[in-house]
Amino acid sequence: MDAILFLLFAAIAVACGINLVVQTHPISSAISLIGVMGALAVLYLLLGAEFMAAAQMIVYAGAIMVLFVFVIMLLNAGAEKKRNTATFAKIFGVPALVGFLGLVSFLIQKEMLPRTDHVKFGGFVDKDGKALGTAEAVGNALFTQYLLPFEVTSILILIAILGAVVLARKEI
Amino acid sequence: MPATVPLSWYLILSAILFGLGVAGFLFRRNIITVFMSIELMLNAVNLSFIAFSYQLKQVDGNIFALFVMVVAAAEAAVGLAIILTVFKNRATLTIDEVSTLKN
Amino acid sequence: MEFFIITAIKAGLVAFVLLTLAAYLVWIERKVLAHIQLRIGPYRVGPHGLLQPLADLIKLVTKEGVMPAEVNKFYYLLAPFLAVALALVSISVIPFGRQIEVFGYKTYMELADVNIGLLLILAISAVSVYGIALGGWASNNKYSLLGALRSSAQMISYELPMSIALVSPLLMANTLSLREIAEAQAGFYFSVIPKWYIFQAPAPQFIAFLIFLIAAFAETNRIPFDLPEAENELVAGFHTEYSSMGFAAFFTAEYVNMVTISALATHLFLGGWNPPVVEPVAGFIPTLIFFGAAFFLFFHGRQSVATRTWDRFTFPVFGGVFLGVGAVFQVPMLKEALGPLFWFGAKTGFILFLYIWVRGTLPRFRFDQLMSFAWKFLFPASLVQLLVTGLVVALKE
Repeated sequence: MDAILFLLFAAIAVACGINLVVQTHPISSAISLIGVMGALAVLYLLLGAEFMAAAQMIVYAGAIMVLFVFVIMLLNAGAEKKRNTATFAKIFGVPALVGFLGLVSFLIQKEMLPRTDHVKFGGFVDKDGKALGTAEAVGNALFTQYLLPFEVTSILILIAILGAVVLARKEI
Repeated sequence: MPATVPLSWYLILSAILFGLGVAGFLFRRNIITVFMSIELMLNAVNLSFIAFSYQLKQVDGNIFALFVMVVAAAEAAVGLAIILTVFKNRATLTIDEVSTLKN
Repeated sequence: MEFFIITAIKAGLVAFVLLTLAAYLVWIERKVLAHIQLRIGPYRVGPHGLLQPLADLIKLVTKEGVMPAEVNKFYYLLAPFLAVALALVSISVIPFGRQIEVFGYKTYMELADVNIGLLLILAISAVSVYGIALGGWASNNKYSLLGALRSSAQMISYELPMSIALVSPLLMANTLSLREIAEAQAGFYFSVIPKWYIFQAPAPQFIAFLIFLIAAFAETNRIPFDLPEAENELVAGFHTEYSSMGFAAFFTAEYVNMVTISALATHLFLGGWNPPVVEPVAGFIPTLIFFGAAFFLFFHGRQSVATRTWDRFTFPVFGGVFLGVGAVFQVPMLKEALGPLFWFGAKTGFILFLYIWVRGTLPRFRFDQLMSFAWKFLFPASLVQLLVTGLVVALKE
């Protein structure tokens, strides 16, 4: 059951990723990216990280991508025009990419397979049997051990807000 | 078909998505699509973090992924504001045409 | 294996009830709005217009679906599908009652008991912005695009105060699972005041409830925040170019979203399925209400004015039905399953009535008023409310 779910959503993620790179209109790329994020959220659930799955959907797919879609709609970005790709790139481009990714996958499999566990749904527990991916566990670590990075990211977001406001305002 | 999935498969998926993100970043000309390829790369890295968090049975990987997400959000906001400004000044979204500094 | 069968049965039941409720919510809304505006509303199709939703459904299904010429077909067809699908999914983590036992199977009255249930609803309401944004953009129409952008901006702006207002009861509940939140509100103070979060010491959540309600009105695009889709603004906004089933889909999605958010407000602030009075009395109240309604219908059925000839027949029939339902609530086997369901339904119904009441009473906000209200008033107010609640809860420990 785990394997079926993993293969299904991994296939969806890769298909949406390929769609993102191949599509000419930015809106199709944006929707494909939302598809990738949704598939990844399910994969996070399979890995026991339920808080991260929900956070991925709320923050990434529900806020960041809405921002992207807004900008695409506001700027009325049309489809990219076709251009003359070099013949070399046309013949060797996709096979080179596939070959490179195949090589990387093979190396990872050879190196990591003996060293890593099998992922079981519900297997993300610590020594005492407490589930680790819950909001409680993440919140505990976030507010005790990682308090400083947490506060620093809040300042980072403040800087980002200031930057966006300054960049996007009208020049009078 | 094994009943459970080895963790290396998650890492392979992360590598494939990262490779696709790099391909999009290098080959696309529309600046928004380039930016979305960067987000795809960040997502792939998040998957890697959470996979290793499962392997080591620690919650720290999830925290790292959360911080990556937060930084991606801030970067997306500022980056899109920059894109809007570039569009206002150059009236184009193709990165090849933003080349007035070239000789 | 039986888990899947039970869940499939529950899913079918919930989907059926929800879609019927969404359809009859339209009837209730039209009737209540009409009576607020001193007129009668749907009256002719069936007794007192009760078959009006069916007539509307037949009309919408048989209408010609006009797809404009230059639209982006894939997104034009995807958008209403996305809106309805996401609206229906978020019901799956809302519990309707306690654990019941049917033919020996113990099951929760909930489709999926997830321990991040609340976050799931927030996630789905975050993604449901796309249904509207894509629908407006794909219509190849300036006004639709403007309406879609305004609606999306409004929805994501009001998500923030809504989420922060939701966090305050969570500080007292210490759990994200909606079932556990509802169970934590059982009990009474001095046997008089129920321990709902809106009343619960150390921090009664009145302000959070108010903020959540206001933000919920904006999230579901209802008056006073329905500028993006109003009929006399922007030519009906993002659903201008949709006819027949596309329009029905957006409509259904809006009403199902209303039901979901009302159910959420009920669970988080109004005590879920817990009754407002102590248990022995609370067992009789549903029966009393239904019997009272039945006697009212019998009385009026006998006394009908001559022009309303149908009422002399239909009112006593409905009175009989209500008598039957009231009697069912007293059957000892069903009492403990139906009682919580009744209270949950009553509270959700009250909030839905509030939605309709506000629609009939208030004018709508202008878009810039709407956005500045969200960012300059509601968001800081929710933050202050959260700080105060956090302080009170921390001091108590």
